[in-house]
Amino acid sequence: MRIRFWLWVPLALFAFFAGLAAYMLTQEKEQFVASTMIGQPLPDFALPPAFGALPGASKADFTGGKPRLLNIWASWCLPCIAEAPQLDALKAQGVEIVGIAIRDRPEDVANFLSRYGNPYSRIGSDTISEVQLAIGSSGVPETFVIDAKGLIRYQHIGDIRADDVPKLLAELEKAR
Amino acid sequence: MIAEIGLAALWLAAALAVLQMVSGAFALRSPPGQVNALAIYARPAAVVQAILAVLAFAMLLWAFATTDLSLKLVAANSHSMKPLIYKLSGTWGNHEGSMLLWVGVLAASGGLLSLFEWRLPERTMGATLAVQGFVALGFYAFLLLSSNPFERLPVPAAEGNGLNPLLQDIGLAIHPPTLYAGYVGLSVAFSLAMGALMTREVNPAFARVMRPWVLGAWVLLTLGITAGSYWAYYELGWGGWWFWDPVENASLMPWLAATALMHSVAVLAARDALRTWTIMLGVLAFSMSMLGTFLVRSGVLTSVHAFAVDPERGAFILGLLGLYIGGAFTIFALRAGAVAEGKRFAAVSREGALVLNNVMLSAILAIVLLGTLYPLLTEAFDVRVSVGPPYFNPASAIFAIPMLLVMAVGPLLRWKSDKPARLQFELALIAALVIGGIAAVSFFGQFPLLPLLGLGLAAALAVAAFLPLRGRQLGRVPVATWGMVIAHFGIAVSLFGMACEGAFSKERLAAVAPGGTEQIADFAVTLESVTPIAGPNWTAIEAQLAVREDGGAPVILTPQARTFWSPPQSTSESALLTRWDGQLYAVIGNQAEDGRWQIRVWWKPFVTFIWYGGILVALGGVLAIAGRVRVDVKRRRASVKGARRRADVEALGSSGGVPAPQPAE
Repeated sequence: MRIRFWLWVPLALFAFFAGLAAYMLTQEKEQFVASTMIGQPLPDFALPPAFGALPGASKADFTGGKPRLLNIWASWCLPCIAEAPQLDALKAQGVEIVGIAIRDRPEDVANFLSRYGNPYSRIGSDTISEVQLAIGSSGVPETFVIDAKGLIRYQHIGDIRADDVPKLLAELEKAR
Repeated sequence: MIAEIGLAALWLAAALAVLQMVSGAFALRSPPGQVNALAIYARPAAVVQAILAVLAFAMLLWAFATTDLSLKLVAANSHSMKPLIYKLSGTWGNHEGSMLLWVGVLAASGGLLSLFEWRLPERTMGATLAVQGFVALGFYAFLLLSSNPFERLPVPAAEGNGLNPLLQDIGLAIHPPTLYAGYVGLSVAFSLAMGALMTREVNPAFARVMRPWVLGAWVLLTLGITAGSYWAYYELGWGGWWFWDPVENASLMPWLAATALMHSVAVLAARDALRTWTIMLGVLAFSMSMLGTFLVRSGVLTSVHAFAVDPERGAFILGLLGLYIGGAFTIFALRAGAVAEGKRFAAVSREGALVLNNVMLSAILAIVLLGTLYPLLTEAFDVRVSVGPPYFNPASAIFAIPMLLVMAVGPLLRWKSDKPARLQFELALIAALVIGGIAAVSFFGQFPLLPLLGLGLAAALAVAAFLPLRGRQLGRVPVATWGMVIAHFGIAVSLFGMACEGAFSKERLAAVAPGGTEQIADFAVTLESVTPIAGPNWTAIEAQLAVREDGGAPVILTPQARTFWSPPQSTSESALLTRWDGQLYAVIGNQAEDGRWQIRVWWKPFVTFIWYGGILVALGGVLAIAGRVRVDVKRRRASVKGARRRADVEALGSSGGVPAPQPAE
């Protein structure tokens, strides 16, 4: 049997590809679209209350002495259920959380909060994703750290996991 | 309960894949002329495995149809308010579901192969089924260990998370399953190639067994790519029909490999040549399918399509790739030298033309593969590039143009050896059509080079496709030959559409106040009004465009800018006015400060021919399968009849005491 050189070419090419792909898979990759609004002031907005019990939200609510969290969520969003305990934990640490409910109905919002707890001081209702888009958020949930002057300082994309809580607290401290 | 049945079926199917693999492998250890007692389980295992895998998929379909929100997959990808058709299509509009569809098709093709294929020697069949079982096993492991579609939520969700609105379209209901069936159908070609390589039974009989599988997968790929291209064209609202996106390339590469394979299998079946090359293409075609799956699923490449990005899963698939592609090419390198060389042929011959076609197709494949993987290579050095049409179009054209010219001439050549002088008339006609076509078009204005060449070639190909029928009695032309003629004609039609779109498209982007009119080609487009409307799960801004052709009666077009709320996302719904000679394509954009609306309108002459051509090509493939299968069935019937006659003769001979006449062979 003659071993012919060209018969090994496909295997060599594949080995090269596999090595490259394996290397690239181990590299960190930015999966999320970061907001270009970071470092910018909040856009102007004034949203009506998302349901009866809490006031709505506007840009003016973010200008008073301390940093706050702006949480973009919705009652129809599953990861929002997952992050509810972490929001409660942040609230227990004395953080003020302003919510913006995306494309929601008052009865669904009330239902969600009675079931999973209410960490919010106020919730604005954004029925057409207007503020969400203006602030550079591409999905729910997302959480922004807003400093005392109303500047957007930090963006957290996706649900807040237990190990994200210290990180957010540190960002809030930095924004003070 | 439904989900548990599905999960149990998957585990059982995986167990049967092991049985199929082991039992099939025993066939290799059987002495010549006999059947190993342990090898008889491979066929039934493949059939039952197919039934179980299809059952698992049916269970997932059921869960989506009834929106069973206790299933994590349903809750994450469906919504109770979605129309039923999109609930069903949501089954494969996500990672786990589409992988289940993948293994379902894989198992079903294995089952069909073992039910209907009885011509191969049992050793080769056993080895083939062993490989098929081995491949299936890896994907079962992938599903069960890292992508379980039947995972329950601890607490059922109150409402589902919806489905990506881009995917809520009838295109999605057809395009991915077709493409998947094509991708995975190639697994049979892969297994057959490996099986034949292991037993060294690479011969025309083997090629005849492989051919319908390659043709079938190729037809489905053709249809899937055609449908996908049309879907991207009207759904993305960018007006283009091919974007050289990594995921589009992932579907194009198996198609190119399958096209080459289909032609080389034909050479092997008819002339017993190109043995090693056919085996390599058989391995390559399915490797490209798996590679495509890896690129889409792992997220190593950035694409508009990559919807389930997860490096861990990527690593799993890469491991499977290493096992299957790496293993197959290793066996190929070790064993292919031992496959006896096939018959020889002259450079100018049918085989020669098909070899050239194969080389060109492989070169295009290499161009597309390189362009697709190049960003991956540069990113390893922290340079971000994106490779687009400026690379792909000319680079692939360099090889596509000679390939198309050979395609016009090849079918006219004789097998084994031929003289160009015999084809003087045909060659002159083809050359005259190419040159005449280009000259005629250039007469009317300045056009880009590639579309111009495309128009000339399309004219020549359309005529050349029918030349093989010249001087033959049409009623006696085999069905498979009609298939070739129609498929080649379809390529010409498609090429014509692409070239026209490239050369003659007109575009108009204007800010229009309600009541305003814009002129494009022969059409006057008036923006009558812009109104908000609501659908089942979206709201939209809809423009009413009155289109008058040459001052005739108005036709109303209604392009929309849709906003879905679950999950929130905007899409642009184009509106199309189809004429036999082209399409008017309208999209509505944003509203400007002064109240005017951005309207974008294209007139694309003959653009629909791109997809008509695709359908013709697929139809040609169907005819080829039908023709081949009919001939095979006839041949088998004749041999059964012959055997029965011999048995009768023998029976007569033994009862009468007269020696039976020996059939003269």
